[in-house]
Amino acid sequence: MTANAVDGRRPRGVGSALIYLSLVLASLVVLVPLSVVFLTSLKTSKEVTEGGGAFRLPGDWLNWSNYAIAFNDGHMLSAFGNTAFILLFSITGTVIIGSMTAYAIDRFTFRGRKLVMGLFLVATLVPGVTTQVATFQVVNSFGLFDTRWAPILLYMGTDIVSIYIFLQFIRSIPVSLDEAARLDGANALTIYWRIIFPLLKPAIATVVIIKGITVYNDFYIPFLYMPSEGLGTISTALFRFKGPFGAHWEAISAGAILVIVPTLVVFLFLQRYIYNGFARGATK
Amino acid sequence: MTHTTHTPTTGVGKENPAARPAGGRARRAAKRRSRPPGRGPLSRVTPWLFLLAPLALLITFTYVPVANMVYYSFTDWDGVSPEIHLVGAGNYSELFTRPELFRVFFVSFYYLAASAVQIVIALYFATVLSFNLRLRNLFKGILFFPYLINGVAIGFVFLYFFQDGGTLDSVLSWFGAGSDHAWLGDPTSANVSLAGVSVWRFTGLNFVLFLGAIQSIPGELYEAAQLDGATRWHQFRYLIAPSIRPVISLSVILAVSGSLSVFEIPYIMTGGATGTTTFVIQTVKLAFQFNKTGLASAAAVVLLLIILLVTWIQRRLVPDGKVDLV
Repeated sequence: MTANAVDGRRPRGVGSALIYLSLVLASLVVLVPLSVVFLTSLKTSKEVTEGGGAFRLPGDWLNWSNYAIAFNDGHMLSAFGNTAFILLFSITGTVIIGSMTAYAIDRFTFRGRKLVMGLFLVATLVPGVTTQVATFQVVNSFGLFDTRWAPILLYMGTDIVSIYIFLQFIRSIPVSLDEAARLDGANALTIYWRIIFPLLKPAIATVVIIKGITVYNDFYIPFLYMPSEGLGTISTALFRFKGPFGAHWEAISAGAILVIVPTLVVFLFLQRYIYNGFARGATK
Repeated sequence: MTHTTHTPTTGVGKENPAARPAGGRARRAAKRRSRPPGRGPLSRVTPWLFLLAPLALLITFTYVPVANMVYYSFTDWDGVSPEIHLVGAGNYSELFTRPELFRVFFVSFYYLAASAVQIVIALYFATVLSFNLRLRNLFKGILFFPYLINGVAIGFVFLYFFQDGGTLDSVLSWFGAGSDHAWLGDPTSANVSLAGVSVWRFTGLNFVLFLGAIQSIPGELYEAAQLDGATRWHQFRYLIAPSIRPVISLSVILAVSGSLSVFEIPYIMTGGATGTTTFVIQTVKLAFQFNKTGLASAAAVVLLLIILLVTWIQRRLVPDGKVDLV
């Protein structure tokens, strides 16, 4: 990044104090709701119902029993399993499909190329939420309703952002590499698989991260397409806490924290890629 | 990491030519012409072999649904029965004449207002954090993190936040403003609260977009401006603001289409009760609870048209190179 471009422009004086104050305030606005839920997740149900304010500290800081309840009664284990299954297939599929499309579009001239690009381009304008009424019928007619393949196919088939990311990247790979390989007798598939694909690694990393977080967080599609108890993803399983746990805020909070922690870990380790990735994802 | 991945995010398309060496376009054209066609008919099929699966998915899950949806919108289909009757524009006139169906559009205004707030806040923090502050990365991380959190988890966090004696009431009571106001109890307060949650959730994305754009402004420009005696406000007004216009316009369009298609947060938190039903919640309910596929499709078509219209207006107003696929 060009962060150093603005080095040495450190604000001073009162202005600087006000700036820090605003930053601290904003951080509090972000962190307080989350920390309170964390506190609640460590309380006993008696502590929660007795009241005494959301900020009262839990009596026992090592009270993990709510997590056990959320994990077992909330079916979080199978939910994590289902989410992992969907993540694995939809990400693999997205990467392969996106890179193949980008390769075909960037490296070949053929009749209908403009049309194909137009099709992908126009599709970005159609927001997924609006078409689900009809998409549902398509998925249903394949007999995929209430299976894990419904979201997998939908995530794979409607991800145009990743195609854009691959397209941008593939353009920076010199065509001379393809040509050298072609002279050595490689066919298109070999070139794609042995030369282009390995060089796409940074783009693949970006797509995996964006796609992974989007799929992990998605609620709408699993909610519509996988209503069965046993097919909960982390979003839908957590959503189902609303019924049985009713006012048991300690269990609900534990469930929410269980879902947030993996995201936090991924964010802490991959910060830089995540900023770049989401910024590109949104601008395309 | 190669150069491209680091290209600052402003570029909405500008980054493309930049990433390529000068004259890249000409060279590409040359390459295209010189492509050896000489593998017989097979080489002509090759690209299509690569495109087979992607196109099949694209058509099955985007174009077929859109076409079907338009067709359903002129029928009285219930989504299950084999019988479909064409009813002409009946669904559309129902949509625009029954006030309770039309009212949901007004809920979008809460979210639209929230988006405006969100953009202003994001702009402020992006400007501030483009200076070389202490703990800059920490603040950046904290501000962005909500965007990554699972929507259902956010829903629960804020149900607890707004509930009786919850986080918000506790905070207010410290300032002596203790109240037993039921935040999600009446339509206005509920919608404002939900829109507030959406500000909390999405400001981070706008902020990171703006920050990327601001940081791609060359440092010399600031120095030149300072030499000319520009104040910080002048720097913002004449240097930062124009440079990030494309990103702001992008955020505005995301905000508009986002406000029209709000679903998760209100559905999770209130289920659409107390006047918080949004357009998408209503459509989902019509289609999947009341089996009114025809009417729901008409609603979805209207929404799709509005979003296409907004996108078109934006593309007209801000001609940028975003769509330079070729």
